[in-house]
Amino acid sequence: MNSKIKTNIISSFFTGLTLLATLIIFTILIIIIGNIIIYGHKTISWEFITKAPREGMTAGGIFPAIFGTVALVVLMIIAVLPVGVMTAIYLHEYSKPDFLLTKIIRFAVNNLAGVPSIVFGLFGLGFFIQFVGAGIDKFFGLEVIWGQPCLMWAALTLALLNLPVVIVASEEALRAIPKETREASLALGATKWQTIRRVVLPQATPGILTGAILSISRGAGEVAPIMFTGAAYFLPYLPHKPTDQFMELGYHIYVMATQSPDVETTKPILYGTVLTLLILTLLLNFVAIFIRSKIRRQMKKSF
Amino acid sequence: MDEKAKMDNRITEISQNRLEEFSSKILVEGLNFYYGRNHALKDVSVNIKANQVTAFIGPSGCGKSTFLRCLNRMNDLIPGVKVSGKVYFDGMDIYSKDIGLAELRRKVGMVFQKSNPFPKSIFENVAYGLRIQGITNKSHLEETVEKTLRDAALWDEVKDKLDESAMKLSGGQQQRVCIARALAVEPEVLLMDEPASALDPISTAKIEELILDLKKNYTIVIVTHNMQQAARISDYTGFFFLGELIEFDDTSKIFTNPSNKKTEDYVTGRFG
Repeated sequence: MNSKIKTNIISSFFTGLTLLATLIIFTILIIIIGNIIIYGHKTISWEFITKAPREGMTAGGIFPAIFGTVALVVLMIIAVLPVGVMTAIYLHEYSKPDFLLTKIIRFAVNNLAGVPSIVFGLFGLGFFIQFVGAGIDKFFGLEVIWGQPCLMWAALTLALLNLPVVIVASEEALRAIPKETREASLALGATKWQTIRRVVLPQATPGILTGAILSISRGAGEVAPIMFTGAAYFLPYLPHKPTDQFMELGYHIYVMATQSPDVETTKPILYGTVLTLLILTLLLNFVAIFIRSKIRRQMKKSF
Repeated sequence: MDEKAKMDNRITEISQNRLEEFSSKILVEGLNFYYGRNHALKDVSVNIKANQVTAFIGPSGCGKSTFLRCLNRMNDLIPGVKVSGKVYFDGMDIYSKDIGLAELRRKVGMVFQKSNPFPKSIFENVAYGLRIQGITNKSHLEETVEKTLRDAALWDEVKDKLDESAMKLSGGQQQRVCIARALAVEPEVLLMDEPASALDPISTAKIEELILDLKKNYTIVIVTHNMQQAARISDYTGFFFLGELIEFDDTSKIFTNPSNKKTEDYVTGRFG
């Protein structure tokens, strides 16, 4: 009897402990989001999201930064998805697990995921801009066009940062497809590639899109990798080609928080920008989730 | 005169041998199979005849499924396996280097223990084998789908819902979709790995009836742990035990008068 009570006490203690941990996380989230909404919602207006900043960023809107963020994320997804998915296909479908090259690639992917994002930023500056970009300019005898920070190099740097996320999610999606399904296809005389293209990939698409969603969330919020590779402090125009610099919400927040000439005036704008970034990330996620659920539904119904 | 009679006899003998050979669809000689260090098939030799149902029985883990999967090289997919010996399909050595694996598997179709339709419509499931061959002609596809679904005794049940997902069907219906899918590529041999083991008695009866029906056009090799099933549907039966093919003979002989003690013990239910 005594020991039973003891077990019960211990059990409820640990239940309480885990509940408490969950509550702490939840509370922190509520405080952060609540704070942002309370101070930020007044700033958000039609003008705020459609106009450019004015008067040294103490007035006006943040449209260039919104536009830049969307352009950056879209370009990043275009760059990271094919490479990530192809790597995952190679690792999971073609490579032999004991093969040295496979082990090296896996090792590299895992370590890439642990590299701090500022290092990616420096890498982007050194590799993409000073090596690749400057190389292109030199080769074609151009003045400095590619050899400077711009949208494209920032997107590629971000893509690199998110590559491990996409690879791991895609591989997980491929792993979830039962062996029986592959065997069914192969037993009908399909080649390996036909099996991958017609049976495996369609089924893995929702899982692969999960990777894309994760990398959107991460990509839209990262500042460090784009600081040296393309984000601009202030631009009077929108980027209209890959070699243009751009404004970005995260970087804009950083700039306003650290270099504002008048902290009190920029505070509401700062809050508004943060709120916009949150909403934008959510919206981009919703778009991806919507596409994913549509594919899922289509797959369930028929094909 | 005597010479001539001898000659005639010889010729008859040869042509009879040829006939024997001709009716052989799959000839297995000294087949050994290893999963890593595990010697899963030991020196198996057997002659599988065309347009007959050949059944392999035996307790779980005896190697009968492994054997079946050697016949269309499905075991190639498992890492760390080793095969030695010969398997001839229509006289071709299927383990030789210049065999087209996809082509072999198209000719030697397979139905699996667990029904495994694709998460596609019934129509697309059956048409899959044709689509991968690059056939896009709609009327051809429709004809084949209808014909094979009829062959698989499923047409009447699904003809109004061909666009629905095959995953929504019952287990027995799914298995018949898989059979129809295998038939659609017009294989010569159909390997069936315990095709009815996960099904209820009514679905099982339907599948068995179907197998007897398919015999006219296909050579069927079936693996089952259900002895009654083997007795009901097969012409030849082989008994596997611990990786060895203990006995192979006419089904009636195996079940009524086996020559090996182990076979007798197994079919009379004394072990396994």
